[in-house]
Amino acid sequence: MKRLGLIVNPVAGMGGAVGLKGTDGPEAVIQAERLGAVPRAGQRAERALTALGPLEDSMTILTYGGAMGEAPAKACGLRPAVIGSGSTPRTNSEDTVSAARQMATEDVDLLLFAGGDGTARDIYDAVKTSVTTLGIPAGVKIHSAVFASSPAAAGRVAASVLTGEIKRVQEAEVMDINEDDYRRGILSAILYGYLRIPAARRLLQGGKAATSPDERAVQAAIAAALAEQMTNDRCYLVGPGTTCAALMELLGLDNSLLGVDMICAGRLIGKDMSERDILEKTADRRCHLILTPVGGQGFLLGRGNQQISPAVIRRVGKQNITIAATVEKLGSLGGRPLLVDTGDADTDSSLCGHYRVITGYRQTAVYRVSDSS
Amino acid sequence: MAGSERIHPYIPNSVPEVKARMLAEIGVDDMDTLYEDIPEKLRFRGKMNIPPGITSEMELRRHVERVLSENHTCEENVSFLGGGCYQHYVPAVCDEITGRAEFLTAYAGEPYEDHGRFQALFEYQSLMGELLETDVVNVPTYDWGQAASTAIRMAGRITGRDVALIADTISPDRLQVIRTYCEPVMRIESVGHSPDTAALEVDHLCGRLNDSVAVLYVENPSYLGTVEEGGRKLADTLHDNGSIFAVGVDPISLGVLAPPSRYGADITCGDIQSLGNHMYFGGALGGFIATCDDETFVMEYPSRLFGICKTERAGEWGFGDVAYGRTSFAVREHGREFVGTAAALYGISAAVYLSLMGPAGMRELDQHILQKSQYAMRCLSQLEHVRMRFDAFHFKEFVVDFSATGKSVTDINRALLEHGIFGGRDLGDDFADLEGCALYAVTEVTTRQDIDRLVRTLTTILA
Amino acid sequence: MEIQRGSKLRNFHQAKWDEEVIFELSTPGERGIHVPPVEPAIADSVGDGVSQIPASMQREIPPALPEVGQMRVLKHYLRLSQQNLGADLNVDVGQGTCTIKYNPKINEQIAASPKARDIHPLQDESTVQGALRVMYEVDQFLREISGMDRFSLQPSSGSHAILTMAAIMHKYHQIRGEANTRDELITTIFSHPSDAAAAAVKGYNIITLYPDEQGMPDVEALKAAISERTAGLFITNPEDVGIFNPRIAEFTRTVHDAGGICGYDQANANGIMGITRARDADFDLCFFNMHKTFAAPHGCGGPAAGAVGATEEMAAYLPVPLVGYDGERYFLDYDVPQTIGKARSFYGAFPVILKSYAWILSMGAEGLKEAARVAVLNNNYLLKKICEIDGATSPYSGGKRRIEQVRYSWEELYRATGIDTHDVTLRMADFGFHLWSSHHPFVVPQPFTIEPTESYSKEELDEYLDGLRHVAQEARTEPETVKRAPHNSVVHKIDESSMDDPAKWAVTWRAYLKKHGEAAASIRV
Repeated sequence: MKRLGLIVNPVAGMGGAVGLKGTDGPEAVIQAERLGAVPRAGQRAERALTALGPLEDSMTILTYGGAMGEAPAKACGLRPAVIGSGSTPRTNSEDTVSAARQMATEDVDLLLFAGGDGTARDIYDAVKTSVTTLGIPAGVKIHSAVFASSPAAAGRVAASVLTGEIKRVQEAEVMDINEDDYRRGILSAILYGYLRIPAARRLLQGGKAATSPDERAVQAAIAAALAEQMTNDRCYLVGPGTTCAALMELLGLDNSLLGVDMICAGRLIGKDMSERDILEKTADRRCHLILTPVGGQGFLLGRGNQQISPAVIRRVGKQNITIAATVEKLGSLGGRPLLVDTGDADTDSSLCGHYRVITGYRQTAVYRVSDSS
Repeated sequence: MAGSERIHPYIPNSVPEVKARMLAEIGVDDMDTLYEDIPEKLRFRGKMNIPPGITSEMELRRHVERVLSENHTCEENVSFLGGGCYQHYVPAVCDEITGRAEFLTAYAGEPYEDHGRFQALFEYQSLMGELLETDVVNVPTYDWGQAASTAIRMAGRITGRDVALIADTISPDRLQVIRTYCEPVMRIESVGHSPDTAALEVDHLCGRLNDSVAVLYVENPSYLGTVEEGGRKLADTLHDNGSIFAVGVDPISLGVLAPPSRYGADITCGDIQSLGNHMYFGGALGGFIATCDDETFVMEYPSRLFGICKTERAGEWGFGDVAYGRTSFAVREHGREFVGTAAALYGISAAVYLSLMGPAGMRELDQHILQKSQYAMRCLSQLEHVRMRFDAFHFKEFVVDFSATGKSVTDINRALLEHGIFGGRDLGDDFADLEGCALYAVTEVTTRQDIDRLVRTLTTILA
Repeated sequence: MEIQRGSKLRNFHQAKWDEEVIFELSTPGERGIHVPPVEPAIADSVGDGVSQIPASMQREIPPALPEVGQMRVLKHYLRLSQQNLGADLNVDVGQGTCTIKYNPKINEQIAASPKARDIHPLQDESTVQGALRVMYEVDQFLREISGMDRFSLQPSSGSHAILTMAAIMHKYHQIRGEANTRDELITTIFSHPSDAAAAAVKGYNIITLYPDEQGMPDVEALKAAISERTAGLFITNPEDVGIFNPRIAEFTRTVHDAGGICGYDQANANGIMGITRARDADFDLCFFNMHKTFAAPHGCGGPAAGAVGATEEMAAYLPVPLVGYDGERYFLDYDVPQTIGKARSFYGAFPVILKSYAWILSMGAEGLKEAARVAVLNNNYLLKKICEIDGATSPYSGGKRRIEQVRYSWEELYRATGIDTHDVTLRMADFGFHLWSSHHPFVVPQPFTIEPTESYSKEELDEYLDGLRHVAQEARTEPETVKRAPHNSVVHKIDESSMDDPAKWAVTWRAYLKKHGEAAASIRV
């Protein structure tokens, strides 16, 4: 018997229809309600759960009472086991966290949650990478890579996990956007962490082409390629992301995963550095910057790595930027360019153009970088 | 086209009315509009100098058969040619199966709609596995040369070293293929043989071993037909050096000879042409690679490996690709390998062949080949000035030394040809120490009369 | 399902024999075929033949091959053959990039002739004049089709032809003392993945260009990629999305200016035979797939053949031997001054070459061009009709025509229903159709690639369209039916969980027995 955890953040997405950019925090929810917003996460969850109907007899659904999962599950004719309940009259992020923790201890095979980036962040706080999770997109902000492309798609993937069709997992980014800034129209995102999500077994390619290595192997290959290019006469700023982390692991160095670290002659000389740290430590050094696109939108700069500021960019120089990305990541952009959004238009436009992106050992792509306008 | 107004049998939508209807659906006036994205300066406006189509298949057949009639076959003559392509008997069932439209025109279906293809090739792997005593065999690759090349590259990846030692008794043709495929990533160095027995000398090998050596590749039986007895010793020596022992083998010899895995080969490779495939001017080759079922090795195969599994229906066999995401390529290889359309149909033929032969058939066949080739060697040795070049046990092929006859192999072969006999391959060009020598092959297809006729004719020629 | 005579969709069910694995059919003592004993005189002369085998080389345990009577072996493999969907049976337009066209039966008959089968590659040239003439004339035909100066028919496939081009490129730079400095090969993401993979075998660093928003390889990206390290460019045109790159001559010029070699992957040549040529776009090397464009069958994945063409300058590097003709006789030509050596043992996949030879003769110059034109007509017809299906799109369309194939997307269908491209392919099988997604990475999301060639009638194309339309609609109305497909194929949902697990996977029957026990194999419900 498979076990599915289900968490719906009932207020997710309420802000969108009424022009708010998110509903993180109780005030925002109240404001949304005042503006006439109606909950929609439940409906979106139902759209996903429909796909699980045929599996009803072979799985147990664990969820919280009412709108946090029980109601949408029942609306789909499913019979969930209710293991707790959220706050009244409104649920909040602590409810999401405690529900997720409880489900982790119940050893669910998959934790399916409906919400947005804020919800993903709560799930991350609760379970890190201890549980396989999957997001049903229901929020206003969907910058994290942990969401399926639609509720229906989430349902299908969930079904495949529960039937054992999908067994592999991968790590995907949880992006967090500063709500206050965001509501003021300023996009300042940070990379918050990684959740474990299902990875579909690659479809066969008709027996053609090269056998395809899995993601971790590709990241290790990229790391090997990066390491081979490093010299001792300069220092290296290593941006956030799992691809960059793979480099640090290869070099045997501690790393911050979500922050900017600095290496010189094989030693770690700065970890999780602020813009100021970076500027201070690079003042009299030749410096190289290693970046990887973050999130699903292909942002190189300005999402999750704001410490790499226009001043840092000027210090490093465009010619000393190395970009690394998996072929899958580039492929997922569907031909759209990589983006920079440093907050300074001149810096952004100076960074535009074609770059060699390291995609594997002895493999590079030439890819266009554009400003986000 | 002969009568250009006639619709070619292979192009149904050439019918003008159909074309017009389809153009109307697309919303264009004429066919040329569909090519409007090709710039005029790239358009070829000339006429290809290719003869008008022979659209009648009766006439086509007559024409091509007339061209082919200029060939004189091994069936019509007596052939002692081998050297990597062999005249073995092909059972009728092999041709029946490989001629089936469903196998002939299948390609890249899923394991559901092409279940039969997956099963047949899984069975091919399994039957080869029994012959080779290995748990992993790949879906066929192009030919032995390709298989040996990949074996060498796999060894390079597994050991992280880049020197491949190659016994100089392998096929010279194959050595060239290996160079094309492996250089410059691997360094190819050759290892010499005993002038008397053609065996690889372990002492000589030891002097060449160091921590750059990834692999030693030998063929056993060798290109010269000699059987190497010291396989185990070679294996131990290599393993002590942290190197891999790769052996190429003609699988048809394994009804009676020990498979390389038995004497310590880490990777076995070879060609399946002899197993139920016609000679086709050397065009019906197929390579195999085989190893133990160790993840370290399995993950280094560039080839597809079909595996057996269960389905949701109890008792039903299903098939699929094993370890499709091979992880190590990306990391360690200075240059990945590739997989593509290779020689699957010949694998199916080999599967049918081995299924028909069974253990008894393989043993009987090999015994037959050994007896006949030994008979031929004995008869030829009795000719004046003719001797067997190597003092060794041989399988199917042997080197005949004519150097004392005062006649060149070229002259001898020319004279034999006049008597309808295809004499053995002249080895002088490829082996410095084998001037005046020829490589003869005797299979079950060769009759005693053929051998006696060869001996009689040579007696006349050399007199 | 009720049979709807008004619909083109077939009430199909594939053959299902529930056939055992051959080892399960074994009965000790049964024989599939006999080998005759040698004449007594031979045995008298040399003995049993096997006693002299050196002890270390004696096979101790006979191979555990199955023992099965001949008729049962025949039946077994006939049944397996029926459990395939070959091009002779289905409307095989769903395997884009592979040019699955009609493989004429007459060519099989011709190739089965003893005059083709029973010749040995080392025979005296005077005895194989027919075979050499076939190869020589195929070379001549391909020169006409491509505008190049000479062809080698030696490579075993398209990928192998790419490797051969890479070896030629390597030798070319080596002779100029630049083999070590020119170590970068440029290709595009919509060229066949083997362009990168096979060239990497020669040690090249691979630089991949991504398309611009129109789906075209980006000239600016090429300029950014070019340097003194550039060895060359391998590119497909039209690319695998089906768009012809009109700036191709600018690509080759840019690479030539940097001292690089340009190799043309003509896997997609079926729509441009007689329309545009490699020479006109200034390529140095090119290759054709004989089993695609020139109608030799795919044979479950080979035999195949690749033919590498070269300009006069580059012909000096082709693998040996080539085939020459001195006005009286055909001969194997080893006089190739800078040859890379060999790509394959002997001379090439002769049966494949012979079938292509017969096909080209049947078509003639006009027929080849007509095949190309009708392939393009068929493709643009399907493009129009498929884009009308709810949930299917053709990214990068932008009013562009397509040549012989199109890469479509089910992304809209996926977003609306959660049914992905793989689900659709499996459901199509229920109606007797093969559909394939595409190579990874999926730059086009939820892709599928259709290449109709010239072989299928409008009726048949319409039938295939009905299949696509039906499944797309079903994704909305009965998603479970699609998700659980195939229903009418040979086997039910395969449990692939063991395929990535070294403790469970089994590549051979003996491995299966070791890992899952004899008992596991004998329990058949």
